[in-house]
Amino acid sequence: MSDVNNYTAPRSLDEAADILRAGNVTILAGGTDVMPQMKAGKLTLQPTLMNIRRIPELRGITQTGGVVRVGALTTITELLTSTLVRERFNALWQACDHFASGQLRNAATIGGNIGNASPAGDTLVPLLALDAKVVLAGKPNGVLATRAMPLGDFFVGPGRTKRSATELVTAVELPLPAPGFVSEFFKFGTRPALDISTISIGLAGVRKDKTLANVRVAFGSVAPTPIRAQRTEAALEGKTLDGATIDAALAAAAQDIHPISDVRASDWYRRELIHNILQRMLVHVRDS
Amino acid sequence: MSATVDITFKLNGVERRVSVAAQMSTLDMLRDQIGLTGTKYGCGEGECGACTIQVDGLTVNSCLMFAADCDGRELVTIEGLVTSPIGEALRKSFTKNGAVQCGFCTPGLMVQASQILNQHPHADRSDIQRGIEGNLCRCTGYKKIVDAIADAEIDAA
Repeated sequence: MSDVNNYTAPRSLDEAADILRAGNVTILAGGTDVMPQMKAGKLTLQPTLMNIRRIPELRGITQTGGVVRVGALTTITELLTSTLVRERFNALWQACDHFASGQLRNAATIGGNIGNASPAGDTLVPLLALDAKVVLAGKPNGVLATRAMPLGDFFVGPGRTKRSATELVTAVELPLPAPGFVSEFFKFGTRPALDISTISIGLAGVRKDKTLANVRVAFGSVAPTPIRAQRTEAALEGKTLDGATIDAALAAAAQDIHPISDVRASDWYRRELIHNILQRMLVHVRDS
Repeated sequence: MSATVDITFKLNGVERRVSVAAQMSTLDMLRDQIGLTGTKYGCGEGECGACTIQVDGLTVNSCLMFAADCDGRELVTIEGLVTSPIGEALRKSFTKNGAVQCGFCTPGLMVQASQILNQHPHADRSDIQRGIEGNLCRCTGYKKIVDAIADAEIDAA
């Protein structure tokens, strides 16, 4: 643990971007990842600790046209109690419902979950399935500038992203789904609460009769980052969800994933889980 | 030299001004600096709930919250909770139902129970079980704790 010689809690995004531009900053929001990682020696704090919780621009869930913007400081509890999230982004709502514990849901933020970039991050899999974009802000040339990129392009490896050290995650943007859109999330762990997922699956698409179009499939805890499962999506796209299509999707999923063996499960067990639970979810989406 | 931060916040209804180390947790501030030892250190990583306090009306793990982030906020610990009607109802109910054995998890459970009862005045047993999912008890097996929270609900009604 290195010493922090400057603690700062800016009150505007502009001010935060200036602090980031000066360099050597650790960003703090809910603290639920920073604190335990610091204590475990996994995270060395930079000389400047910047608490972003007092920046109003990073708050709120707002809808503009066909896009819903979720501010980076939105807590998991705020997502769970949002009618918009519950009614339109079911997979994200389900992930928040299974997220850690009441105490952690009150503190943890969606921006923190994204920035922490865990392969097992609970909100990341539904966000991928919902075609989310991550919005970053910084002052590369002294002027506040933002850029957005698909969340699928953002993760580089466990805990690593394309955010530069002088940028900040400000929001995540979700396209408002079309009529007939369904999305589901499933997390497998040994207990419902406070478990790091063994695997998780996000599934989304526009359902018409027994077919699924604009299919999005995302997996967690089966690769160095949360992933979009492109072979699985291709196997499902526009097809009737019959036995042959589902079998083809399960075979494709086995190609999409690269699980490891660790304390939570073996590579073999994770493959079994993806196979069995994806099958269950596809049947559920078809028959419900 | 580590930075210190001057913060002002409300603790159990009383305004406090404290100077804390930038890396200090709210739990360490409460126990070691202010001397309120009712809030317990269990796991230190948000798994056990022994350190649960209320911040701006919502429960959090104080071991994961930076003390500096308390600036401008309202904290309620077990010491403050027991002076409120809901805290008094929980204290009596935990005692009556034998929901306390070693007692280490009890402050965190009572603070979390107060949030359950505030948010769901008619919480059923499954709401209560769900509500205390972030609190571990290694003695009682939880049944008596759920009984106690359900009973406190009746008393508070």
